[in-house]
Amino acid sequence: MSQKTTENLDEVTIRFAGDSGDGMQLTGTQFTNTTAILGNDLSTLPDYPAEIRAPAGTLFGVSGFQIHFGSMEINTPGDHCDVLVAMNAAALKVNLSSLVDGGSIIVNTDGFNDKNLKLAGYAQSPLADGSLGKYQLFEVDISKLTALALQDMAMTSKLVDRSKNFFALGMMYWMYNRPLETTIEWLKSKFKSKPDILEANIRVLKAGWNYSETTEIFSVRYEVGPANLAPGRYRNITGNQAAAWGLMTAAKKARLDLFLGTYPITPASDILHELSMYKSHGVKTFQAEDEIAGICSAIGASFGGALGTTTTSGPGIALKTEAIGLAVMVELPLVIINVQRGGPSTGLPTKTEQSDLLQALYGRNGEAPVPVIAASTPSDCFDTAFEASRIALKYMTPVILLTDGYLGNGSEPWLIPEYDTLPDISYPFTTNPEGFQPYARNEQTLARPWAIPGTPGLEHRIGGLEKENITGNVSYDPENHDLMNHLRAEKIERIANDIPLARVDGDLQGDVLVVGWGGTYGAIRTAVVHQREKGHSVSHLHLRYLNPLPKNLGEVLSKFKRILVPEINLGQLVKVLRAKYLVPATGFNRVRGLPFRSVELEIEIEEILKGIE
Amino acid sequence: MSTLVDEIMKSNSSTETPKYTAKDFQSDQDVRWCPGCGDYSILAQTQRVMPDLGIPKHKLVFVSGIGCSSRFPYYMSAYGFHGIHGRATVIATGLKIARPDLSVWVVTGDGDGMSIGGNHFIHLMRRNLDLNVLLFNNQIYGLTKGQYSPTSEMGKITKSTPYGSLDYPFNPASLALGASATFVARTLDRDPKHMQGIIKRAASHRGTSFVEIYQNCNVFNDAAFVQFTEKESKDDNVVFLEHGKPLVFGKEKDKGIRLNGFTLEVVSLKDGKYSVNDMLVHNEKDTTLAFILADMTYKPHLPRPVGIFLAIDRPVYETEIENQIAFAKEKRGVGDIKKLLNSGETWVVQ
Ligand SMILES: Cc1ncc(C[n+]2csc(CCOP(=O)(O)OP(=O)(O)O)c2C)c(N)n1
Ligand code: SF4
Ligand SMILES: [Mg+2]
Repeated sequence: MSQKTTENLDEVTIRFAGDSGDGMQLTGTQFTNTTAILGNDLSTLPDYPAEIRAPAGTLFGVSGFQIHFGSMEINTPGDHCDVLVAMNAAALKVNLSSLVDGGSIIVNTDGFNDKNLKLAGYAQSPLADGSLGKYQLFEVDISKLTALALQDMAMTSKLVDRSKNFFALGMMYWMYNRPLETTIEWLKSKFKSKPDILEANIRVLKAGWNYSETTEIFSVRYEVGPANLAPGRYRNITGNQAAAWGLMTAAKKARLDLFLGTYPITPASDILHELSMYKSHGVKTFQAEDEIAGICSAIGASFGGALGTTTTSGPGIALKTEAIGLAVMVELPLVIINVQRGGPSTGLPTKTEQSDLLQALYGRNGEAPVPVIAASTPSDCFDTAFEASRIALKYMTPVILLTDGYLGNGSEPWLIPEYDTLPDISYPFTTNPEGFQPYARNEQTLARPWAIPGTPGLEHRIGGLEKENITGNVSYDPENHDLMNHLRAEKIERIANDIPLARVDGDLQGDVLVVGWGGTYGAIRTAVVHQREKGHSVSHLHLRYLNPLPKNLGEVLSKFKRILVPEINLGQLVKVLRAKYLVPATGFNRVRGLPFRSVELEIEIEEILKGIE
Repeated sequence: MSTLVDEIMKSNSSTETPKYTAKDFQSDQDVRWCPGCGDYSILAQTQRVMPDLGIPKHKLVFVSGIGCSSRFPYYMSAYGFHGIHGRATVIATGLKIARPDLSVWVVTGDGDGMSIGGNHFIHLMRRNLDLNVLLFNNQIYGLTKGQYSPTSEMGKITKSTPYGSLDYPFNPASLALGASATFVARTLDRDPKHMQGIIKRAASHRGTSFVEIYQNCNVFNDAAFVQFTEKESKDDNVVFLEHGKPLVFGKEKDKGIRLNGFTLEVVSLKDGKYSVNDMLVHNEKDTTLAFILADMTYKPHLPRPVGIFLAIDRPVYETEIENQIAFAKEKRGVGDIKKLLNSGETWVVQ
């Protein structure tokens, strides 16, 4: 046996890449779960094509999964990867630019035959022409080794080939000293009824490990110790799962049934998939015929006394627009989750973008104010879904929660909250016919009473026509319309009294304040922390509440010489801040369908700092 | 743990349904349809039938879209929801899934239900929620002042079709059958007794009951249905479908309808060639027959069929949801949110 040394690392980023049929998402997820259990902090970025099974070997069929993990605080999936596992030539070609100089490449040599090379557009094999000289290249015939491991099993070559991702996974488990058990347990439950496939996958996984351990291919393996996370019980969670659980938890706290009316759309469908599993919790999911039906069914369910929710992505919000206005008018609770993706139109369905802030804030006919909040990390999708429900119920209003494809599919360790310590959720349910008026408002919140069908004596009619103040009868009176517009606006404005003040990370005054919202949190935080370590006067403010904005925001902004607003769009929040606070905020905007790299933010910050001097 | 809604419903479930009269279902709002509009009759018949249904007022919900017809909920003393154009069916769907205990009625128009809401309409039919749908068909867009609708006859001259409309009309009954509806009926604003009977049958049907009501818009499409509603002409132009009875019509009950292969033909019962016994006998449980009968609509040589085309049983959507929930609870135990939050691979950081 060869002599192996072990090195310690604080952090590392690995990218698994292969054909969309190669099971890279699964491989990445398995590596993630095992890594989470070891106590590392981590962040992941699945990056897959819109086509389910794009033609094998093509550049546009490449599917990737990046995981950044470490013994330190991890806020992003990594600007670049240190290790690239490439199952074929196309995967190498597409992902090489994200590999750091001196990084490691592990290739499946079987994926570099003439056909693969041609499809990837290589004139000659990059494995042979010296073009990979600045990297450490490890060549392994994964396909052949997989076949060898399974040669005595009567399996078709197609099935054998499908197991090869477990070989790669086994190698990575060896290299980063991770146990195989989590994946083996998972395989056992997944392939309970298919013992052949179960056996094959376990064999191949072990073969990958053993190959790394016994051959001389790798001389170094790495140790990444547990991170210093806050004490408590953790699990790994994706943003979409967290959002689903946040809704369920809110409904439970509120003692209401949860209803989801929705239409499948990438990257939001997983919330539907998740919630549809919880029938035993009484969750009702309705896969409607379109987005309009989805939201209208949710409004109907809320009318009936459920927590009505609907989930979608940008194109679906466009269809729901009229119904959101209806919910504003009838003043019923409703949670609308937009897992944003690249736009406009069908855009980039599987890519992330902060595409729809302005649509969420303003995209309706008439004066139709809606509270808007945004999640900043995958696990924050739980807190924000809970918070969106709390606001919707307390103020009898639709609430839009913005997450995005990166948050929804990405994952991180989540400190599981204590259910009993979560805030209570109140709402203006009424059963008392005495003096009941459908549009009489709570003095403090301005919420109207929630009177559900089935309650004797509260029979009333609501609808999209303008309401007379207090009685809720149809009214065409000009003064009443003016009053109602003001009341609806003020109801939403008052929510500002019920949310935390904006909190700055770093000094409360100084040269540059970087203001972000949503999924850019990790990249901005990483950049700002690094800038501060360099001694620069840079602070970070991340907005969870985008409507209403925190009450102290104007004052906070006024304490900085420059305000930088990085967004994965052409500048949406920056418009709002400039319009509302008349501050000379500037944007940093890249719309590539990918998260920011913290380095590019740092470059921008340093540019701005130069201008101040 | 039961929900708060369950508790409220339980606390008032013991109250007996009061003895109502039609008046009890009139709301305090002024009815604002044009004088002479067929909608008045539909409102009156509905209010007249309600006391017979034995449903307490607070369990009744009327949901509508947009159109003259969709003002209906404001005039009923019950719960009501005046939605947005075309979407009553889906608002009602969500409400019924959340609250199977309610009696939910959808009121829609030929524009609201067949045009902008056509997609939702067909999906409601196939899902078969226990809802009642009343489609006020006046073959025109009333509220927007007289454009042709998806049920307007071809060649119709309206404000938007000065040279005549080119669209072939939907036949709502055939559309509903094509979408696998379980209850399909047609009635007339000018035939109160018939309408009352149909509304009662619709109410008692378990599943989606679709009732098309020919309704006169005397302002923008007056007399669209005269030949079916006026004394002089109606007997010769309408055949009433009655379960188990032969298809016979005419002032003197002197005409019948016979099935010749798959083709319907009108024959005389006077000339001795055919007797009542040779006539097609209606069977509202027969889906194939329902298609054939609905297809008589718009055929000039055949009388217009009115009555119940089809009334069959099929599992009801919201009941099946409740069954799945019960099944899941039995199989997995009642869901516990704390357990769920702590489920999966977890680890403890000290
Ligand atoms: C989204 C939207 N589009 C268009 C309209 C305008 N509109 C209101 S009612 C209607 C047609 C109504 O026709 P129908 O459903 O037959 O009802 P009727 O008035 O004849 O009873 C139209 C086009 C609207 N209110 N909303
Ligand atoms: S426009 Fe026609 S349908 Fe509308 S209220 Fe007047 S008569 Fe009735
Ligand atoms: Mg009409």
